[in-house]
Amino acid sequence: MSTFDDPFDADHSLQATGCGCGLHRTRAEHDREAQLALQCAPVESSEQQYEGVVASAVMRAMFPKDVARRAFLKSVGASTALAAISQFFPLKTATEVFAQGAALEKKDIKVGFIPITCATPIIMAAPMGFYAKQGLNVEVIKTAGWAVIRDKTMNKEYDAAHMLSPMPLAITMGVGSNPQPYTMPAVENINGQAITLAIKHKDKRDPKDWKGFKFAVPFDYSMHNYLLRYYLAEHGIDPDTDVQIRAVPPPEMVANLRADNIDGFLGPDPMNQRAVYDGVGFIHILTKDIWEGHPCCAFAASKEFVTTMPNTYAALLKSIIDATAFAHKAENRKQIAEAIAPANYLNQPPIVLEQILTGTFADGLGNIVTQPNRVDFDPFPWQSFAVWIMTQMKRWGQIKGDVDYAAVASQVYLATDTAKLMKEVGLTPPANTTKSFSVMGKPFDPAKPEDYLASFKIRKAS
Amino acid sequence: MGSSLTLRAAILSVAIFAAFLGVWHLATRGTGTTAAMSPEYARLMGATATQGKSAMPGPLDVGAKLWEHIRRPFYDNGPNDKGLGIQLGYSIARVLLGYGLAVIVAIPFGFLIGMSPLLSRALDPFIQVMKPISPLAWMPLALYTIKDSGISAIFVIFICAIWPMLINTAFGVASVRKEWINVARTLEVGTLRRAFTVILPAAAPTILTGMRISIGIAWLVIVAAEMLVGGTGIGYFVWNEWNNLSITNVIIAILVIGIVGMLFDQILARVTRLVTFPE
Repeated sequence: MSTFDDPFDADHSLQATGCGCGLHRTRAEHDREAQLALQCAPVESSEQQYEGVVASAVMRAMFPKDVARRAFLKSVGASTALAAISQFFPLKTATEVFAQGAALEKKDIKVGFIPITCATPIIMAAPMGFYAKQGLNVEVIKTAGWAVIRDKTMNKEYDAAHMLSPMPLAITMGVGSNPQPYTMPAVENINGQAITLAIKHKDKRDPKDWKGFKFAVPFDYSMHNYLLRYYLAEHGIDPDTDVQIRAVPPPEMVANLRADNIDGFLGPDPMNQRAVYDGVGFIHILTKDIWEGHPCCAFAASKEFVTTMPNTYAALLKSIIDATAFAHKAENRKQIAEAIAPANYLNQPPIVLEQILTGTFADGLGNIVTQPNRVDFDPFPWQSFAVWIMTQMKRWGQIKGDVDYAAVASQVYLATDTAKLMKEVGLTPPANTTKSFSVMGKPFDPAKPEDYLASFKIRKAS
Repeated sequence: MGSSLTLRAAILSVAIFAAFLGVWHLATRGTGTTAAMSPEYARLMGATATQGKSAMPGPLDVGAKLWEHIRRPFYDNGPNDKGLGIQLGYSIARVLLGYGLAVIVAIPFGFLIGMSPLLSRALDPFIQVMKPISPLAWMPLALYTIKDSGISAIFVIFICAIWPMLINTAFGVASVRKEWINVARTLEVGTLRRAFTVILPAAAPTILTGMRISIGIAWLVIVAAEMLVGGTGIGYFVWNEWNNLSITNVIIAILVIGIVGMLFDQILARVTRLVTFPE
């Protein structure tokens, strides 16, 4: 489900059941809807936008079981429900509190990003004025790599940053760095990655033939790494012994593919499309076909920033939610591609970005493919995402011993600032911040991570 | 005779350069064959895929791009897109700062070590261990402890520029002719005065040679350091253009880095000649 969906629409699920994206009861329904691209009601003003976000949270709090919410809406109708809830829940007030915020502690903010399309909302918020609208003067700074992003945010050179969604978890748990409490209030993008193979492998479409391949992923603690390993393991390839997986910065992926140093990569865009554009690779599978609606990159800030500058943080988060909502809409994507193409941001040919963002793209094999949600933008940081990521960290030996999945997830993946703002107006924040989903057809129950982990045949012995 | 040799060498240089450009041009011409694909598909593909254009830019591409950079060296389109002149300015400033700090530390210390055989022996093991450490190996440690990427880059320049100067200064000071020092001693010249009027002029050429080696190393390191920390500078420019897979700009950056490095070297070579005296 999308945070921007109307919580008073009985036909939409707020929690996932049927299809991967969680919007539909069946896969077929999902595909039909996908043709219509986006079903999110047009939002005229930011006021309504926030109201939707707040109302979503309220409805989720009131009806932890989605069936109950649907039954309730079906029986009384959306307008009655809205009126009824408004009586004892000051939706308008809550929205205003959320929308206005208080005086900013700091206006000049530095946000680091890596030049990939996953960072789209963070980047476009600068040229398109989403930060300025909240009274912030944000400088978005291109950064050389994930480790540098990590160090610069930990050093407080950046106030907040674009990160891979597993990174705040890893930083908080002290995996690959000193432990420092981190928060991830918003997911940047869902979907939006792909497995790209060298053009010479165009006849080897079955992963079973990939023994001995060399693959690249951008970072050890990345969705890319976990998704590639998952995909290979599901096809009976042990990612630790049958193939080689290296951490390689995204631009080097294309160059290495050209130089024949690697056979393929699971990387962020624009590199997948760039490999196609340059004629050196083809898109084997989009990650949305591995896990529809998987999170990828994220917007992260240190716990310290959140607690010492709550208003600035709220304003920043609001800009990001605004920008993400704008990027969510298909009709804006061409405009966004143009806004983020210049050298100051992604520094790529606009046609490459346009193909990624609109989802009509050349696959490198001579076909033009249309996948409108090749990349999508939805900020809600489902805590079950965090739990899944931790199961994979444990599966591949990055973390060992007992993990308090739920505790780390709720500490790091803040289910938006809405929860805090709701408390301020005397309400209980949403109880439900998890949803179940399936990865390659295998359902994941966030309540039973250890059982899920035990069900995999291929895993690193620990 | 001399002038004719210079002339002939110049002609040969130009010829070698022309031959190099010619080979480069021929090697990167590409196949020129257009792959068979529908126009709609071709619209989504780059020139390498559609026209068989070589992935490596030819000398003409590089020349055109270079002209663009030279025409607008100081444009500023926000924090991540600045002109080549501005980027170079940042790099040069960082190098001079780190190098300056190294000079301030290395030369007095080198003097001390050179004048005292005891200190020289005692510090030798440390210098021997520190000297061969690759400058970039310091980077993570610097980032972690200094917690500021700009200062870290300067620190890395400092730490790598210091050793050749220290060693050369110590060597220069230690190998000043004994007779000169003895003469100074006979004339009852004070220690400080002896250092400035006898030892310093005698050791100056060696010290400057050390400085010349150091500036070369500092300039080598800045590019790598800026690639790592990003933000500004010529190293960042290379990294940024690499992200964009623009090999043309990477080649231009290499050319510029070479020229600036040569200028630094030439300046110090000239200064060395000024302080060298014939015996």
